Amino acid sequence: MRRIVAGIIAVAAIVLIVAAILWTQRVNRSDTTTRYAAAGGAKAVPAAAASPADDGNWTMPGKDYASTRFSALNQINPANVAKLGVAFTFSTGTTEGFEAPPLVVGDTMYVVAPWPNNVFALDLTRPGAPLKWEYRPKPAAAAKGVACCGPVNRGAFYSDGKLFLNLLDGHTVAVDAATGNEVWRTKVADIQKGETITMAPLVAEGKVLVGNSGGEMGVRGRLTALDAGSGKIAWTGYTTGPDKDVLIGPGYRPPYPMDAGKDLGVTTWPGETWKTGGGSVWGWLSYDPQLRLVYYGTSNPGPWNPEQRPGDNKFTSGVFARDIGTGQVRWFYQSTPHDLYDHDDINEIVLVDWPAKNGQRIPALIRPDRNGFFYVQDRRNGRLLSVAPYSFVNAYKGVDMKSGRLIPAPAMEPAKGRVVRNICPAAPGAKDWNPSAFSPQTGLMYIPHINLCMDMGVQNANYIPGTPFVGADVKMYAGPGGNRGVFTAWDPVAQRKVFEIKEDLPLWSGALATAGGVVFYGTMDGWFKAIDARNGKLLWQFKTASGIIGQPISYRGPDGRQYIAIASGVGGWAGAVVTMDLDPRDPTSALGFTNAVKDLKKRIAAGGMVYVFALPQ
Amino acid sequence: MSSRFRNSFAACAMLALLCSCGRERRQESGKTDVPPIVKSASPDTVFLGSSPPPVDRRAAAFEGNADAIAKGQQLFLWMNCVGCHGRGGGGMGPALMDDQWRYGGRIDQIASTIAEGRPNGMPSWRAKLTDEQIWQLAAYVRTLSGQVRKDAVGARTDTMSNTPPQTQIPPEPVKPADSARQ
Repeated sequence: MRRIVAGIIAVAAIVLIVAAILWTQRVNRSDTTTRYAAAGGAKAVPAAAASPADDGNWTMPGKDYASTRFSALNQINPANVAKLGVAFTFSTGTTEGFEAPPLVVGDTMYVVAPWPNNVFALDLTRPGAPLKWEYRPKPAAAAKGVACCGPVNRGAFYSDGKLFLNLLDGHTVAVDAATGNEVWRTKVADIQKGETITMAPLVAEGKVLVGNSGGEMGVRGRLTALDAGSGKIAWTGYTTGPDKDVLIGPGYRPPYPMDAGKDLGVTTWPGETWKTGGGSVWGWLSYDPQLRLVYYGTSNPGPWNPEQRPGDNKFTSGVFARDIGTGQVRWFYQSTPHDLYDHDDINEIVLVDWPAKNGQRIPALIRPDRNGFFYVQDRRNGRLLSVAPYSFVNAYKGVDMKSGRLIPAPAMEPAKGRVVRNICPAAPGAKDWNPSAFSPQTGLMYIPHINLCMDMGVQNANYIPGTPFVGADVKMYAGPGGNRGVFTAWDPVAQRKVFEIKEDLPLWSGALATAGGVVFYGTMDGWFKAIDARNGKLLWQFKTASGIIGQPISYRGPDGRQYIAIASGVGGWAGAVVTMDLDPRDPTSALGFTNAVKDLKKRIAAGGMVYVFALPQ
Repeated sequence: MSSRFRNSFAACAMLALLCSCGRERRQESGKTDVPPIVKSASPDTVFLGSSPPPVDRRAAAFEGNADAIAKGQQLFLWMNCVGCHGRGGGGMGPALMDDQWRYGGRIDQIASTIAEGRPNGMPSWRAKLTDEQIWQLAAYVRTLSGQVRKDAVGARTDTMSNTPPQTQIPPEPVKPADSARQ
């Protein structure tokens, strides 16, 4: 009897060992490491007022004002996603970086191409989704020469029968969504000063909110509100300059003393350098309809060479909360004072109700910052609730929760005549513009990001309008581990990684989370991937024509089926080596990014296609 | 040492000295014979049975002149050319160290591109630089793809040590490229 028991134990042990080995191998094969979230932990949920029930449309790049990029459609799930196939495709005829998500309203899909920013309306009720109309805005070609990171466009916004989008040459336009006719066009930025517009506008309360690009060109950053009906400028809130220009008044309540004072947009700069100090607004906006506050981050200060701008350089590399009606600043938090490394603060801001330890729900915003830290802040006042690094960081020592201030690492500060090596994260940060998705089902943030470090040397830059104002030599390369991209599922409550997928190339695409429990993203060598939202297991992948730097969306077609759409067209800063045909022998080309993607030209070519997928009928 | 060898050595030395005259000739601002910059000199067009005009002899004098190249190199940094074109690999603007020339790779064509600007974003520098400075810049740009004799270029890179010195750049053939691309 004892022998039998021993035998059973031995067999069981062998089975367990074999299972363990198989399991490990499977994990290794999919390059996935898994750490399940603690059971019973309260999850963050999207801010209710900013994330209405899903109607099957996709009317704005962020899906909703809370910027969740979460689709409540659930026909596609881990069990059937492997059967996903191409429903139809559409070529925009462009070969520039294709960052914009398609939009879907009712029975029409709207595709916004990179420069020359043509818009295509596709009829989803007919087989193959034929073209309904094309809108050709004809922006100036010269704008391409002052766009730091490719002549990209990050998307349009549908509201009340109109499509709103920004043209690379500094104009905002409203287009009749039914006919494709231009309703109005307003000049918001000036290419002669190095300004372009690449961001997607946000429309709320009858206002179209638009920011300029040009943090590498010595522009003066600002957010402009236009009247959605007429295109007339309602207010402009600058990032730098005196309080009256920044729209700082008696209602300004900064969360920490470091952001309090008079005319900080002038006094934290030497002389008049604030006039060319960057702080552009080229990223994502979120909006809380209850607080009537719009949230967005500002870009790096200019020039990159920090020795030319001693001081905190307000209000660059930080987050603004502005009243949408007046533009007045409610609060500002500077994530990266006196930024040394081009660590813009323009990444997506997701509005959630965040469970505090005492059981209370706090209206919060959560955001993976370019500087490598994941911030959770009370969105009513900007106070930090928790901060943790979500990527390898040696450029900073942490964040002082008492003063709110980022703690610099003085040894990593580049100075004239002193090149600093192995700065992590590199200039594009631990994560650049490409947006994460937040799933209320798992309570996780799905962060597509990068793992790059850099060498940096500085020299004086001269300000010449319309030319780069940088003053730095940068050379980037893969960070610890050697993988240049990472897809991280992050628990914003416990502030810890749940799983991560290592990707060879930098991840420059957005993420999409769906209620079916499937998460989508794409790679720069053209693979569009579906993973299990719980553990990151690769469920399905499809090789598109070019590299993917776009933003996936999900919508319900007129036939009631769930569709997934993604643009394929490599480019942007990370893909400039392909679209601009750069020479990888110069590691500093594309402001140092080329060195990190020397192999890209041999792996993928430029293109401009939209792919739409569905399950077989 | 035989006198014959001595003579040939001296002859070689003289020859080397003569050869290096062009390289070493210092150009003093205002006194240099600066040729006019030809408007829109373009290589990739049909000249209706004829051929593009030859390079001005005075323009050719800038090319391969160490002094002009060194000054052009400084201007390349000071005028922020480096911000778009990198150290020759490109970025917002095209690479200058490869074999592709959208608007021509001759020194007079490069000077014309700098002076006039180009439609896809190259600014016009005519109002910011003198003709002489533009010729100096063009002379330096020619070195980035190894078009210029190696004894006229700087042996030391002025970057933070990432790019190879100019003496090590292999000469690229000058070929046309698609100017419609950015």
